[in-house]
Amino acid sequence: MTKITYIEHSGTSHTVDVENGLTVMEGAVQNNIPGIDADCGGGMACATCHVYVKEEWFDKINEKSEGEDDMIDQAFEPKKNSRLSCQILVSENLDGLVVSMPEKQS
Amino acid sequence: MIKTDALIIGAGPTGLFTAHQLKLIGLDCEVVDNLDKIGGQCIELYPDKPIYDIPAVPECTGEELTNNLINQLKPFDIKFHLSERVDEVKKNGDMWIVKTNKGTSFTTPNVIIAGGVGSFEPRKFSVEGQDKFENKSIFYSIKDKNVFKGKTVSIFGGGDSALDWAVELSNNCNINLIHRRDEFRGAQATVDKVHELVKLNKINLFTKFQLKKLNGSSNIESIDIENEDKEIKNLKTDYVLGFFGLIMQLGPIANWGLNIDKKTVEVDTEKFETNQKGIYAVGDICNYPGKLKLILSGFHEGALAARACFKLARPNEKYRFEFTTSSKAIKSRLGVKSD
Repeated sequence: MTKITYIEHSGTSHTVDVENGLTVMEGAVQNNIPGIDADCGGGMACATCHVYVKEEWFDKINEKSEGEDDMIDQAFEPKKNSRLSCQILVSENLDGLVVSMPEKQS
Repeated sequence: MIKTDALIIGAGPTGLFTAHQLKLIGLDCEVVDNLDKIGGQCIELYPDKPIYDIPAVPECTGEELTNNLINQLKPFDIKFHLSERVDEVKKNGDMWIVKTNKGTSFTTPNVIIAGGVGSFEPRKFSVEGQDKFENKSIFYSIKDKNVFKGKTVSIFGGGDSALDWAVELSNNCNINLIHRRDEFRGAQATVDKVHELVKLNKINLFTKFQLKKLNGSSNIESIDIENEDKEIKNLKTDYVLGFFGLIMQLGPIANWGLNIDKKTVEVDTEKFETNQKGIYAVGDICNYPGKLKLILSGFHEGALAARACFKLARPNEKYRFEFTTSSKAIKSRLGVKSD
């Protein structure tokens, strides 16, 4: 189990234990955390699980997969630290990871 | 007013197979979809991505699956209303009156929602003034390119639509092309063409910039764009075009009096009927205990919803279950010879 903190756009913070091997998106959905839609269910075919990864974590998580940036082009208000949460794999070394959500997903 | 036994909303794989099932048991149907082509998410989101879990099809792409489903419908005459969104569903006695945004109206005892995650809409700019300038100075699709002749047009996006229009309009417009990063996701040949036109000063390229502000009173006069280092540039422009792909919105479905939870519609698992008699939901948009968002589940749900439609469309007849391998009636509908 790895602790991940999701911060809604309003500032509301949720810290939950997510099973290693799941994605950050699945961690949010399974814990009913609002702000991540994941319309396509994790297929990297939409951009509705978009999160901003806190600077100090950005280089520690697995690199973007091919095509992820193409989808992020289509996300709501993409930034330098944007990721699709369905592409971030949860593992022990992400313990304490903080991601925040954009104002909306679609 | 078009009269039909069942109206299907959504021309994705589930909507297509549901249409097949309706025609097979002898009912009429028509299909409405907001996209300009048949196939739904399979064609819009992942036409080239292989799918491995369609029964008896070891591997196929979204496009191949769609083409196969269209082929399967060939024996039947089914009217598709594309580029139309169903806006209104209202009860009129035992019938439903359905209206689209293009003014088409239907009267039918059965409405089958096979809407996936809703309708595809262009993603819009999120800056202030978007609503005021949309369809005047801001566009997300182009109907008549002559409007832009001799004007300055600022195009945002990094995919094929943005690049194709930048190339096309550079013939007789001043083009600013703005994209949030250096890499483009468009076809390589188009990307090369854009870079060539940039060298010839036919396109002004601004990468790592995004739209910050719209300036103007009744029409846009200029825009401010900002990069990651907070550097701001002001560009004089007559028009702004945004090509950020399509997003899915539940849209008007939310207003039809259905039980909706987390963008999905609650149904029973016998008829896949919603809380409204004669309105069904199948495929990704329906929700019931154990629901799997798989294409194969949509096929099953559509087959059952189609049988439920029979009761309301032919109240005086009794539905009889038949196999395609042996039924003469089904074979005649398919236009194949009986043994």
